[in-house]
Amino acid sequence: MVVAVAEESRGADHARPWIEEAKSGYWQLIDTEHRLSDLYNLVNVPQAVWIDEQGRIVRPPETAGSTDHFRRMDLKTRTMSPEDQAERLAARQAYLDAVRAWVTTGKHALPADAARAALPKVTPEIAEARARFRLGVWLRDDGRTVEGDRQMNTASGLHPESWSMWRQAADLDEVGKASGPDFWKRVQALGDRPYYPPPKL
Amino acid sequence: MTVILTPTAEYKVSTRDGLWMSAADAEKVTGWALKPEGMCRDERCVPLPAAAVKGREVDVEAFWQRLGGPVIASQDGDAWALGAPADERNAALEVLQAPDFTLPDVDGKPRTLSELRGKKVFLATWASW
Repeated sequence: MVVAVAEESRGADHARPWIEEAKSGYWQLIDTEHRLSDLYNLVNVPQAVWIDEQGRIVRPPETAGSTDHFRRMDLKTRTMSPEDQAERLAARQAYLDAVRAWVTTGKHALPADAARAALPKVTPEIAEARARFRLGVWLRDDGRTVEGDRQMNTASGLHPESWSMWRQAADLDEVGKASGPDFWKRVQALGDRPYYPPPKL
Repeated sequence: MTVILTPTAEYKVSTRDGLWMSAADAEKVTGWALKPEGMCRDERCVPLPAAAVKGREVDVEAFWQRLGGPVIASQDGDAWALGAPADERNAALEVLQAPDFTLPDVDGKPRTLSELRGKKVFLATWASW
């Protein structure tokens, strides 16, 4: 069973066009407060967690099929080289194949020790960032835009690894801003660090 | 009335001087009940500083900080967020039992992860942004 969760503070109607286009038979949930990111310590989308029949996590949060090839795209034309496009599709396919193999044979499920070791740790700074983000979303929704933004900016400062917090705040400010010039500056500032760490399959 | 945002819910309760509230409201909001030993949930009790209890009223800000959770207030003090303590989040994940949650689907119908027990679940996030 697939459970798709939209980390979408603008709400269901904003997510609906994508959901309708997906024509999915699985759950399409709307998470305006990024509650899932809080519970599972997520930092970006798409990320996935694999859960077995007993409700146990067998693969902790990891990048779900996306790659860093977009970082080399031509920003004027917004296109990637044919080689990068092919590699990107191959990586996505490899991840989907791994998910299918797990469903049919159990392959790629991690033993408990390995799964535990791969969990990202929640720090007090991350915990505070989540609370500020939550309050920020609420304040914005209540019409207190400036104060809400301030809380969300502080949250991003406390948890700079969270792209979801930063990009959601940018999107609430203005649709499109989450992939605007400031986003690219942040991506460039990563240097050699990945934006989408590849899953260790 | 004061709005209190917890990791899973939103409450409106009557408060004074910050987050002082009745023990009944404190239990509703935090899930912890005031007892002579302190604030208790299931088998666990957390002693409260003497200054954080007056009769049947509790200073939830002091209690939450004692638990190790972040407490963030709006400028006007009319809305507060109580965040999950980092240790609690880590402990919940380290047992590898997928934390349960209920979220609305796109048509508003609530869906709960644990309803899918018995099936493998590929839990994935996405966003429009």
